[in-house]
Amino acid sequence: MNPATIFGLCAAVLVGLGLFGVIVQPQPLRKLLAFNVLGGGVFLLFGIVARRGEAAGFGADPVPQAMVITGLVVAFAATALAVALLRRLFDETSRATLRPDDDGADS
Amino acid sequence: MTVAWAVDLGLAALIVAVAVATVTARGTFAAAVGFVACGLLLALAWVQLAAVDVALTEAAIGALTGMLLLGAAAHLHPTEAGMVAERPGVALRGAATLLCAVVTGALAIVVLSLPDPAPSLAPAAAAHLPATELGNPVTAVLMAYRAIDTLVEKVVVLVALLAVWSLAPDPRWGGRPGASRRRQRDDALAFLAQLLPPIGIVAGVYLVWTSADHPGGAFPGSTLLAAMWLLARMAGLVDAPAVSRRWLRIALVAGPVVFLAVGLAGFAWADRFLAYPDGWAKPLILGIEAAMTVSIAVTLAMLVEGPPERSLSPDAQRAAGERSSSGLEPEP
Repeated sequence: MNPATIFGLCAAVLVGLGLFGVIVQPQPLRKLLAFNVLGGGVFLLFGIVARRGEAAGFGADPVPQAMVITGLVVAFAATALAVALLRRLFDETSRATLRPDDDGADS
Repeated sequence: MTVAWAVDLGLAALIVAVAVATVTARGTFAAAVGFVACGLLLALAWVQLAAVDVALTEAAIGALTGMLLLGAAAHLHPTEAGMVAERPGVALRGAATLLCAVVTGALAIVVLSLPDPAPSLAPAAAAHLPATELGNPVTAVLMAYRAIDTLVEKVVVLVALLAVWSLAPDPRWGGRPGASRRRQRDDALAFLAQLLPPIGIVAGVYLVWTSADHPGGAFPGSTLLAAMWLLARMAGLVDAPAVSRRWLRIALVAGPVVFLAVGLAGFAWADRFLAYPDGWAKPLILGIEAAMTVSIAVTLAMLVEGPPERSLSPDAQRAAGERSSSGLEPEP
């Protein structure tokens, strides 16, 4: 097994783990964290595609690398927005849940 | 060969173990700490995959994400105990486990059956590298071949900051983001916040400058600059600027504006959007990167700070009230 395959399988596990967290964890912040783990796995898949595309004296194909760099920054911006939304939700309602407020227990 | 193989295998196992701990940790704070560790290990994995530019970006951005998540975990801590009741039942957990196993299995099959030899754009990137006068192919992709992606991404980050700011309650609009922090003279944080920024600023600027020919980049460089400011901010040595400050807004849009201006000028000197004239590619790219570094650093720092939470001082409020008809309410 070469490094690309090892980290490719690692990426597959990360995607599965992240997806599990997004579904099972009830807290929105935990879902966000798990989503970032999922994203890390997807980026790593790009990484192995880049590594396998080693040619022309470069250790890895530069195009997927550039896409990952762009993706990392956008993922950070999206995470920051989600965190800001959550904090505002908590400040307004003293709760941070995705459950619909059916019983009017909102304080 | 076998040593490298063992290192890769150990690293991959470690990443998976830390990711499991992150997803299944009992407390959110522990999960956020696990996520930071996971990000650093992933950066090592990127080095093993010969993608040093990505490794630097992952390490830098991962630290800022960790800071955001740790702050949010502390802020939302009071809600944590009540959420235990919302945990899904055994049936749903079992179904989720099955689904995720299927997804992981499918991806693993894809990874094991990738085409050989792998398709690659590396030869194409290498062929045109002399025309850009750059030595780092990743920078060439980011700033020349696919400059449109980088331009749009700059704008996306700026829009995300606008969205974060727009979450401010009306009376706080125009004020300073984040909580105020008292300056502490004697603790280790204040010491580090005075010791590290000179080193970090030089390293950040160097990462941007060297990215033309060696691994580095405007993103990790500006993230490092943002981190240095955030460190001084945490120690209470500096305060966050009010979001209504004109210099702040100019710094935020400088990068996209310069990038867009050079892109539009491409119509005049090379007949195409974002085309560089012969012999001018490298100076133009470095100019864009310099402006972008300032903008990204300020944008990332303000994204971590969050929406404005403190009203303007009474004087500034009066001035703001005179300028616009939507007078700000005084803080109770």
